[in-house]
Amino acid sequence: MKILVVDDEEDVKSLFEQKFRKEIRSAQFEFSFAFSGEEALHFMAEHPSEVVMILSDINMPGMSGIELLKTIRKDFPAAPPQVMMITAYGDSNNHDQAMKLGADDFLTKPVNFVELKEKLLKTL
Amino acid sequence: MDYFLVSFFLIQYVRSSLHTATSLPNWDRLLLYGRYISIALISTYYIADSPDWFSWIWHVFMILIIYILYTKEDFSPIRSVTQSVIPFVAISIISDILEAAAPKFYAEYDDWFNIATSFAFVLCFVIWFYAQKQRKILLKEREDRLREEMASKAQKESLEYLVAERTMELTAQKEELQKAIEDLKSTQNQLIQSEKMASLGELTAGIAHEIQNPLNFVNNFSEVSVELCQELEEEVNKTSISDEDKDYIKGIIADLSQNQQKITHHGKRADSIVKGMLQHSRASSGEKEAVEINALADEYMRLAYHGLRAKDKEFNATLVTDFDPNIGKVMVMPQDLGRVFLNLFTNAFYAVAEKKRMLTEAGKLDDYKPEVKISTKMFAGKLYIRVTDNGTGMPDQVKAKIFQPFFTTKPTGQGTGLGLSMSYDIITNAHNGMLDVETVPGEKTEFKITIPIA
Repeated sequence: MKILVVDDEEDVKSLFEQKFRKEIRSAQFEFSFAFSGEEALHFMAEHPSEVVMILSDINMPGMSGIELLKTIRKDFPAAPPQVMMITAYGDSNNHDQAMKLGADDFLTKPVNFVELKEKLLKTL
Repeated sequence: MDYFLVSFFLIQYVRSSLHTATSLPNWDRLLLYGRYISIALISTYYIADSPDWFSWIWHVFMILIIYILYTKEDFSPIRSVTQSVIPFVAISIISDILEAAAPKFYAEYDDWFNIATSFAFVLCFVIWFYAQKQRKILLKEREDRLREEMASKAQKESLEYLVAERTMELTAQKEELQKAIEDLKSTQNQLIQSEKMASLGELTAGIAHEIQNPLNFVNNFSEVSVELCQELEEEVNKTSISDEDKDYIKGIIADLSQNQQKITHHGKRADSIVKGMLQHSRASSGEKEAVEINALADEYMRLAYHGLRAKDKEFNATLVTDFDPNIGKVMVMPQDLGRVFLNLFTNAFYAVAEKKRMLTEAGKLDDYKPEVKISTKMFAGKLYIRVTDNGTGMPDQVKAKIFQPFFTTKPTGQGTGLGLSMSYDIITNAHNGMLDVETVPGEKTEFKITIPIA
């Protein structure tokens, strides 16, 4: 399963790679990383219909996670990827907005990786 | 005859106008003698069959009277009247002298002298009459002035009374104003304090947001490092190096793993502080709902009590409830208000537990009974909630700081110092109420919540 992680923090990449080391080695998951909303859209345009799941932060400089979600739902109506939003603790505004715009799930920081792993395995 | 009239009335006039009977008793006696003399003279004159020379006795008598009246300082007020007699006396004397010295000349102008004498005589009375009139006017004026003085005195008194009354009013007003100024000052202080609190609350939430992301990385990486250590240990077991080397490597891995666990542990501690700080910004985000206040307070009181009991089996305290049954449901933010209750009760139980511990250490436990009380009351559109404990109380310097974020008297790790700061925020900002505290060091503490009900 190809998963695209969108976050402006570059350390997210090594964190995910270490957290999902076993799954990556066993080719259960395949992670790609984008460090901004724009980069994510660019990646999706280059790899059409490859990405199954998107994990996106909401508060990012430039394009926000909400805007990214809106654009994805508009530009990729065929084979729509699952979108899971991640944001800071207890931001109910963003939660409601994301759900309204068609997010499939919502996670709060700090990310509970055990929970995330279960959710990802369920989507498989 | 005319001499008698002039002298008699002159003396009478002097006595009545100067009130000599009372003011000049010595002169009065002399004047009375003068009157008797005058009466005696006129009687003698008629008894002696009106001799011509008798008029000389009159002259002497008159001159004496005039001289006395004219020269003595006591009679100066009636000098003008005395003067009016002078022409009459002078003409009489001149005519008598002429009669004696030049009888021929006198006989020729006899009529003229008589006319002049009569005229002077009449003049005397005219002047007296006029003087009398003047005197009456003067008297009347004096009476008027006296009356005016009385009136003005009365007016002055009433004015003084008014002034005193006004002064009292002004003093009262001044005191009222001073009190108002003091009230204003204390309100201003409260405002400054609550502004400070508000900005501190915002700052706290802001800082928490900024710290949260890096802190998440610390926690996540340390957690994953623990996992990596486990994996590494498994891998070491698979290799064929000597057991001695394996143990050495495993020892290092165990230390590494332990360090990572420590990082995770303290990271989690920091995380819970950050969460507490973030609740500041969430304080006013809730929605108001109709809530049974008494039930809410009771629920959180028990929650706090059993929370502490779970940690400290020894602990117990009397829970006293004094609920106003008429409160019913009130529009509040139940989760936020619940958090306030939880904080207040936790603190109250902590205070009584501390007091019990201190008394036990000092061996003076005696019959101390820890007690925490909640009372609710509703009147005049306001909800009053009191949380009272008979615990350690607080000194003034602690009391002054308890609503500041991060201020705590609990040992490190036991309190974040955010509970009361947040409670203050919830009550004052989210509910437009007031959170006050009263405390007696070593005896009791009372937290007072006042919330206006719309």
